[in-house]
Amino acid sequence: MQPDIFVIADRTFSSRLIVGTGKYSSPAVMVRAHDASGADMITVAVRRVNISDRSSARGPREHSEPSSGAESLLDYIDTAKYFLLPNTAGCYTADEAVRTARLGREAGLSHWVKLEVIGDEKTLFPDNEALLDATRILVREGFVVLPYTTDDPVVCRKLQDAGAAAIMPLGAPIGSGLGIQNVNNLRIIRELARIPLIVDAGVGTASDAALAMELGADGVLMNTAIAGAQDPVAMAESMKLAVRAGRLAYLAGRIPRKLYASASSPIEGLVGR
Amino acid sequence: MGYRSFQAKLHYLCAKMSHELVKIALNGEPFEVEGPLTVTELLARLDIDPRRIAVEHNLVVLKRAAFGHTTINAGDQVEIVNFVGGG
Repeated sequence: MQPDIFVIADRTFSSRLIVGTGKYSSPAVMVRAHDASGADMITVAVRRVNISDRSSARGPREHSEPSSGAESLLDYIDTAKYFLLPNTAGCYTADEAVRTARLGREAGLSHWVKLEVIGDEKTLFPDNEALLDATRILVREGFVVLPYTTDDPVVCRKLQDAGAAAIMPLGAPIGSGLGIQNVNNLRIIRELARIPLIVDAGVGTASDAALAMELGADGVLMNTAIAGAQDPVAMAESMKLAVRAGRLAYLAGRIPRKLYASASSPIEGLVGR
Repeated sequence: MGYRSFQAKLHYLCAKMSHELVKIALNGEPFEVEGPLTVTELLARLDIDPRRIAVEHNLVVLKRAAFGHTTINAGDQVEIVNFVGGG
């Protein structure tokens, strides 16, 4: 079999699983889950530094306890080992998302962005019109844009044409754990995609990730399925194996589905006939 | 030096010596700080490590190298962000 490498833009990744950094019970659990996942790209959010926590910092320094704001997520991420993918989660307009992407670029070390422009609070479905606008702006500015989108083949084609580096349709709403809801749309998107196809959001358990990969996704991005599991470290490992298993099954080429049985054992030489 | 420019210079020096409070919008909230001051000085005053954050000054994202020579004046809008957990 050919070496199975995963390339987005100009970067090669050893793992097809991309994991998040949100919702973990503690940084220690997150660190162990990241390790168990085998992922080499992890997503982070860009947020305002909490200034009120720091107002006391203007007075005499206290040495007893650091203010909560003094602790940084980056204290727990080995940036030599993991590639950081800043997101624009929580942005509701193209303008907010573009500003956030630019800030993420300065805070981090790369010009990559997981682009989210949300259109609805309850479903967290993307506003695809604003998403396309923001994609075009950021591509022009030299960003590697990975847009989170609905599983709509037409929107995916437009994002691809707009210069996105990958297309990232949802399997189901963010954090829902419902699994892949529209298998056939993903099949169609697989056919039209000339850039990496990453299923982003909706995975609940290992079989969901395996299914996404069996359908031909190039990668899977998830956060809640691991961070929210009762044992996030064990779930991270199961996702690593599921993504690998699904990928191998896709490359191996599954048998066609048939309505009736087809015997596995020879029908000749049966005893007593 | 004309009287007017002398007065302006005097005013500038007095402001520098007396550390006037300038009112800015910091992360969307009203904030008062002795100034005018540079972004580097503001970060130091807030005890924020400049290597781990990004700053937007009046809607323009600053390169880190510009922190030392970007002056924050009264009425300016400043955003300071960092990375937090997310998916």
